[in-house]
Amino acid sequence: MSCCAPGAETALDLALPSDDEVRLAARQLGNGVSQIDLSVPGVHCAACIGTVERKLNALPGVVSARVNLSTRRVSIQFEGGVPPLVPSLASIGYPPHLFDAAQESGDQALAELIRAVAISGFAAANIMLLSVSVWSGAEGATRDLFHWVSALIAIPALFFAGRIYYRSAWSALRHGRMNMDVPIAVGITLAYAMSLYETATGGEYAYFDASVTLLFFLLIGRTLDHIMRDRARSAVIGLARLQPRGALVLLANGLREYRPVSDIRAGDQLMIPAGERVPVDATVDAGSSDIDASITNGESAPLPVAPGSRLSAGMLNLSAPLTITATRPVSDSFLAEMTRLMEAAEGGRASYRRIAERVSTLYAPVVHLTALATFLGWIAFNGDWHQAMTIAIAVLIITCPCALGLAVPIVHVVAARKLFEAGVMLKDGSALERLVDVNTVVFDKTGTLTLGSLRLTNAGKIAQDHLAIAQELAGHSRHPVAAAILAVSIPPGEQLEEVSEVPGCGLQGRSGTIVWRLGRAAWAAPDAKGLQGTVLSRDGVPVASFMFDDIVRPGARDMIANLKRDGFGVEMLSGDANSICASVADNVGIETWSGELMPVDKVSRLSSLGAQGRKVLMVGDGLNDAPALAAAQVSMAPATAAEIGRQAADFVFLGQRLDPVAYAIEIARGANRLVHQNIALAIIYNAIAVPIAIFGYVTPLIAAIAMSASSLLVIGNALRLTGPANVPSNPIRPREREAAA
Amino acid sequence: MNILTYLIPVALFLGAVGLAAFVWALRSGQYEDSDGAAERILIDDEE
Repeated sequence: MSCCAPGAETALDLALPSDDEVRLAARQLGNGVSQIDLSVPGVHCAACIGTVERKLNALPGVVSARVNLSTRRVSIQFEGGVPPLVPSLASIGYPPHLFDAAQESGDQALAELIRAVAISGFAAANIMLLSVSVWSGAEGATRDLFHWVSALIAIPALFFAGRIYYRSAWSALRHGRMNMDVPIAVGITLAYAMSLYETATGGEYAYFDASVTLLFFLLIGRTLDHIMRDRARSAVIGLARLQPRGALVLLANGLREYRPVSDIRAGDQLMIPAGERVPVDATVDAGSSDIDASITNGESAPLPVAPGSRLSAGMLNLSAPLTITATRPVSDSFLAEMTRLMEAAEGGRASYRRIAERVSTLYAPVVHLTALATFLGWIAFNGDWHQAMTIAIAVLIITCPCALGLAVPIVHVVAARKLFEAGVMLKDGSALERLVDVNTVVFDKTGTLTLGSLRLTNAGKIAQDHLAIAQELAGHSRHPVAAAILAVSIPPGEQLEEVSEVPGCGLQGRSGTIVWRLGRAAWAAPDAKGLQGTVLSRDGVPVASFMFDDIVRPGARDMIANLKRDGFGVEMLSGDANSICASVADNVGIETWSGELMPVDKVSRLSSLGAQGRKVLMVGDGLNDAPALAAAQVSMAPATAAEIGRQAADFVFLGQRLDPVAYAIEIARGANRLVHQNIALAIIYNAIAVPIAIFGYVTPLIAAIAMSASSLLVIGNALRLTGPANVPSNPIRPREREAAA
Repeated sequence: MNILTYLIPVALFLGAVGLAAFVWALRSGQYEDSDGAAERILIDDEE
C-alpha cells in the first residue's frame, strides 16, 4: 500500500472520531460548504499524500482535499452532510484525529514576525549598499543624499520591525521589569534620531545601517525561536484527543441527539457505545461493561461496571454499550478538578527566571549607565556636547545586545531541532534551562514506565489448540485481555459459532455441541473453586488459565540504571495497587516507590521533595498525573498521555521507549554549556568594543563589522550542538527509518 | 554624479519588487507546506 507503516512510531490505539464529532468540529465556509482539518500523523511521503488525496477526493460530497506534509494534516472541504472521511482514512491505514482549531491563533504572530524580517532585510540590504559607498569615500552633497535616502528607507523598517521590540519593551517597563528588548529599543531609537540630526546638519557619521541591521539580525533569532515552538505545539495538538467532543443524549421524547460536551447538564441520560470515553462524571443506569480507568487513576486492570457504578470523565468504555446519567456538568467533573489542582500546583515553574532575563536585568542598567557616564565624561573633558552625545550613542549602539539577543534563542532552536529528530517535542525554551538543574526523576507507573497494555506471560504453557480457540473467541472483543491473547502469533484454529460477549464476564462460543468460554474464572468455570483471573473452559471445565502483566517499556530498566549511575534520584509514584507497583518497581530497578496515591498525594510528594531542595523532573501520562506534571520543576509526558497531561508537560516524546528522558537531559546540559559560552563570548566582545567606543574611535564602519562578527560567532558556536551524538533508537523521521530498512 | 539620480531609484525599485514578491508568496501560502512541496513532484498525475 505505501512505503510507510502507519502508526509504527506511536502507540496510539484510540477510538477514532465519529462522524458526529467531525460535524461539530467542522466550520462553515458559506454556500453549504464546510471545512474540516484532520491530523493524520501517518502521512510521511509522496505516496502517502497521493493515496490520501485520491481516496478522499473520490468520496461523494468532497469538494477538495489537500494534505499538508509539514504539519501532517489534511484539510477537506465538503458539501452537505459529513462524507465518511474518518472510516475511509482508517481503511487505507491513516487513522485521523481531531484537534482544537482554537489553539491555532499563534499563526498571526508568526506572520507578523516573517513580514518584519522581510522588511528589515530589505531595508538593511539597501542601506548597507548606500553605506558602503559612503565608507568608500562619497563626500559632500552625495554623502548627504545617501544619508537622506537611508533615513527614508529606515522609516518603514523601524515602524514594522521595530514595533515588536517597542511593544515588548514598553510592557516590560510598565510592569517594572527589565528585558533585553529595552536596551534594543532605546539603542535603535537614539541611533536613528542622532543620525537624522547628523544628516540634517551635514555631519559625517550616520548610524542608519547599524539600527536596521541590528533589527534584522535580532528578528531572525526571534522568528526561528517562534517557529520552533510553533512546530512543537502543532505536533502536540496533532495527537489524538482523549476527551470526546460530544455524546449521544437520550431525550425525554425517546429521540436521540448528539450534543457537544459543554451542553450536557447533570441529569441528562447518555449513551456510551463500546470504545468511547465517558464525557462527564456519571452513574451507570443500564448495561454492564468493563471500564479502562488507567488514564484517570492509574489502575492498569480493567474494572467491571454494572448499574449504580460511578464513572469519572475520561474513562474508556470497553466491551458493551452503557446508558448513564450525568451527575455533574463537564465544567465540574473530574477533569475540571484536575485543572484546578494544576493551577494551584504551578509553583516551581512560575518562580523560575530565564537566563536571558537574569542577564538582561544586569546588562541593561550597566549599558545605560556606561553611556551616561561617557556623555558626562566627555562634557567634563572638553565641553563639546555634540561630540559627547555622538560618542555616548556610539556606546549604546556598540553595546546593543545583538549577540546577546541571539545567544540563547539560537542554541535553543538548535537543541529543539535535535530533540525533534529524536522524537521529543520541546514546548518552551525555558524548559531546557529548567531541565539542566534536575537531580531527581519521578515516574508514574501505568502508561509511563509501562505501556499500559497487557501481555500474555504464560503463552508457552498453554496447549496450541486451546490458545487457538481462545484467539478465535478473543477476536470478537475489544477488551485489553482479548487484545493481549490476540497478540500471540499462532496458526488459526477451528471456527466457532454463535460467539457472543457477556459484558463484565467474558466471551462464549460453540463448536458443535461443545460450549467454550473465555473470561473471568467465576463465570467461565463456576464449579471450579479457587481459580482466579482469566480462564478458558470447555463445557464449564477449565482447560487453560492465562497470566498477564503490564508491558514495561523496552529499555526502561537500562535507562533507569543509567540515571542512577549518573547520580539521579529515581522514584515511582502510582495510583495503582501496591502489589502491582512492587512488581513493576522491582522489574525496572526502582527502590523508592509509593502506590495507591491520589492526585493530591502526588503533588504533596513533589512539594516535599522540593522542600528538600531536590529539583524534580516528573514523567507521567494520566489525568491523575497532570497536577504533578504542573507542580514539578520540569515535566515530560509520552505522546499517549491524556490531553491535559500533554498540555501540562514541557516535553512530549513519541515512541515506546523511555530513552528520550535521558536524552533530553543530555541535550539540555549540552545546550546549557553552549548558552553560557555564548553569553561569555558576548561579554568578551563588549569588553573589547566598549573601551574603543568610550574613547570615541567608533565609526559606523567599525560598528557594522563588530556587530556582524559577534553575531556570526555566536551562531557558529550554537551550531556545534548539531554534531554527532547517540540518538535513541526510535527516531521518528521517516526517511531515516526507510534508509535503515 | 547625475547617474545617481536614476540609479538609486532603480536599485530601490528592484529591491521593492523582490520584497513584494516575497510577501505575495507568503500570503498565498507557499511557505505553509515546504516538506509537502518537495515530495509532491514525485506524484504521477493519473489524468
